[in-house]
Amino acid sequence: MAVVTPAAPAATEEDKELLISGSEAVAESLTLADIDVVTAYPIRPYDTVMQAIAKKISGGQLVAEYIVAEGEHSQFEIVKHASTVGARVFCGSSGVGWMYAMECLVVTPPLRVPMVALVGNRALDDPGAFGVEHNDALVVRDVGWLLCWIDTSQEALDTTLIAYRVAEDRRVFLPLAISADGAFLTHSQALTMVPPKSKVDRFLPRYDRGDLLLHPDNPITVAPQANEDWVIEIRRQNNEAMARAVTVIEEAYADFRRVFGRGPENPWFEEYMTDDADVILVGMGTISLPIKVAIRELRAKGKKVGLVRLRWFRPFPTEKLVAALSKAKALGIIDRDYSFGSPFGSGVVANEIRAALYNADRRPPLLSFICGLGGREVTLEDVYKAVDLCTAAAAAGKSDAKTHWLGVRE
Amino acid sequence: MAALICEVVYRGIFQKNLAARITRGIVLSARKSGRWGIAFGRYGDSPQRNGIPAKDFAIVADTKEELEQNMARYEPKHVDVTIAVDDTLSKGVESWAWYGLQPINRLTVPNGTLLMTSVQSFDSLLRDIHKKDAPYKLALLRAKASFSGLWVYKEDHTEVRILGALAKIAPSFLTLDGVCEAIKEIEWGSDLKVESVKKAYQRLESREVKLTEGNVEIPYSFEMPKWWEMREGVTIPAIPVGKPKEDGKGYVPERNPYFKKFTTRTMRPVIDFDTCVKCTLCWIQCPDSCFDVMPDGTYDANMEACCGCGVCEAVCPVEKCITMVNESVFDDNASQWEMWRNDKEGYKAWMTEKIGDKNATVRSHGFRFRGQYEQELEKNLDGGGVEITAGIPGENAQHKTI
Ligand code: SF4
Ligand code: SF4
Repeated sequence: MAVVTPAAPAATEEDKELLISGSEAVAESLTLADIDVVTAYPIRPYDTVMQAIAKKISGGQLVAEYIVAEGEHSQFEIVKHASTVGARVFCGSSGVGWMYAMECLVVTPPLRVPMVALVGNRALDDPGAFGVEHNDALVVRDVGWLLCWIDTSQEALDTTLIAYRVAEDRRVFLPLAISADGAFLTHSQALTMVPPKSKVDRFLPRYDRGDLLLHPDNPITVAPQANEDWVIEIRRQNNEAMARAVTVIEEAYADFRRVFGRGPENPWFEEYMTDDADVILVGMGTISLPIKVAIRELRAKGKKVGLVRLRWFRPFPTEKLVAALSKAKALGIIDRDYSFGSPFGSGVVANEIRAALYNADRRPPLLSFICGLGGREVTLEDVYKAVDLCTAAAAAGKSDAKTHWLGVRE
Repeated sequence: MAALICEVVYRGIFQKNLAARITRGIVLSARKSGRWGIAFGRYGDSPQRNGIPAKDFAIVADTKEELEQNMARYEPKHVDVTIAVDDTLSKGVESWAWYGLQPINRLTVPNGTLLMTSVQSFDSLLRDIHKKDAPYKLALLRAKASFSGLWVYKEDHTEVRILGALAKIAPSFLTLDGVCEAIKEIEWGSDLKVESVKKAYQRLESREVKLTEGNVEIPYSFEMPKWWEMREGVTIPAIPVGKPKEDGKGYVPERNPYFKKFTTRTMRPVIDFDTCVKCTLCWIQCPDSCFDVMPDGTYDANMEACCGCGVCEAVCPVEKCITMVNESVFDDNASQWEMWRNDKEGYKAWMTEKIGDKNATVRSHGFRFRGQYEQELEKNLDGGGVEITAGIPGENAQHKTI
């Protein structure tokens, strides 16, 4: 315990520093975004967010309708409807709670409802467990939800503001789920900069539903019964909105940086020590923490390893990711999810990246790792093992097309 | 480059808010000298259950990178300071099934500190605290265990007194001024609490614990099965039925071998087998089925299984037949009935001493009369927190005054 007293970093003039959890950071953003309707139904770890919002409302900092639904399906239905009449809405869930809302979740994108949800990632019961797995949020990956993963309380706060800006853009109008790993993010308090409302107002316009507003002055019918003559065209529209989200996301991050003076240049993924990396690991969420620490240790021993932490999964940043990954000698994709019976039995992210690389000029050997399921700690040793296998694949110039499970008792 | 890692071992629900305030206070105090920090609860402890040992952590470091370095482990594997705000935790903690019995000082680094609130002597505590293969410091703040509930908080200043003690233990991270400043600003701080910080800083007692000192018991532990050893279908075997105690008489149920639960307990029932009328109420009402049926028809509370809820004491219709007594005055989990069978006079003397001890029979959580809290608080602040109030145990209070 040496006596070192570094100076506290100076806060920008208007921001204030708070010791808050990822869930509380989301609630700070919702207050700043002045949401109108929020629905709640408890399930761990998402429940920490609904508690934090309730405190904001009871403390008088936020004026919003807070509706406790009788289950997740109604929870998501209520905000869906509220959004069509022009309310800025928020809801969320975790694990099997999110699954219970599924019928509502899949119809939200075609109705072009810009609902923002927080998924506190949780293993799918059974067995009843609260630990993180990404399969809950990933289950809507094909139906038109925008999906992103966050890593810190600060990112939770910033991304929530960005989420409204993106989802409520008329070019997009799609629901957006922010995924937060249960435990480290939802249940730990870190020092977080909270901006003033004045800045937020410069960044986030009002939600304007325009010609889609359900209002007596704008007589419309939403979701009429349609026969097979109409469905594929509706899907085509959805596909277009998803494609347009790419530009909107890039604009939003650029504007965020301009207004708040922080945030990443590359919205899609964080690159950590990838410039000269022979081996690049890829993962989503808080898994970055042990990986970054392991990379620093390995770099000290002369091993060139880097990390790409994927923020956005939908839309998937195909070209950018291919450009960043194809320069490596080997890739190790670390999935905190599973896809039983999938190609090579790999995780979801690994197979997406395999597909993305298929047309690339340079395709480094790719290894798939599954670890950290159900909140199992991803240890430094797990990361070292993955890097060793990747290093061997880099030397051999090919991978073994197997999927490696790490950290399982065997 | 340096970091300070603290764990707070606490009683689920009863000390949840207390532990959270301590870890939060650590980070905010260290921030006053420019440190980065994080405060977090162990996720596996939620949802919390009454009394079950749980943990919160605080890590503070000079740089963000070093903070990450120490956060890379989901649960720290070693800590500079272990804080326990209830001294009955000194017997070790078992937080959930398969966890085993973990000594309270298990994660404390060599030459680190175990900081406790207690009115026991160092020697008395060291009879319970397991031996460690490295020397460390035992630091004591004189105070009773501070218990409250999920929705209530006992403002007895324990949280700030712990922070004051930490300023003494780790002054390079938490300066006394830094703690005082943070306490003033914090949402639950006050000038009175700042005074308590300073008093605790002065009054902290501390001594080295040598390699040779401590409880020599080897704590039980389990090895978890491999994936291919586990039964498929998320299926586990049921607990087998029990058997008669001896000669076809009595009944001893089988119990979960992987989760004993006794470290949940802050008080245990002491039973007078001579006055027991064999009414079966304790046996039926015990929420954890802790009572073994003895061949003579009396009921023996199994001390490996009892979580100390006090229901048996409340339902027993006979005056002073079951009395809850603070866990700190017992050395083992031996059967009371066997002790009684072997030496009835000896047992009576032992029992009379235990249930006659006013300090040990006061309820460790909850209140027994209006104004008790105010009385205790006053004494805590003036006298460093040693006052013990004789409460009235159990629901049959009118019969059981002490
Ligand atoms: S205190 Fe009594 S009722 Fe409660 S668990 Fe122990 S034996 Fe059972
Ligand atoms: S409740 Fe009391 S009297 Fe009844 S069996 Fe139990 S110990 Fe005996």
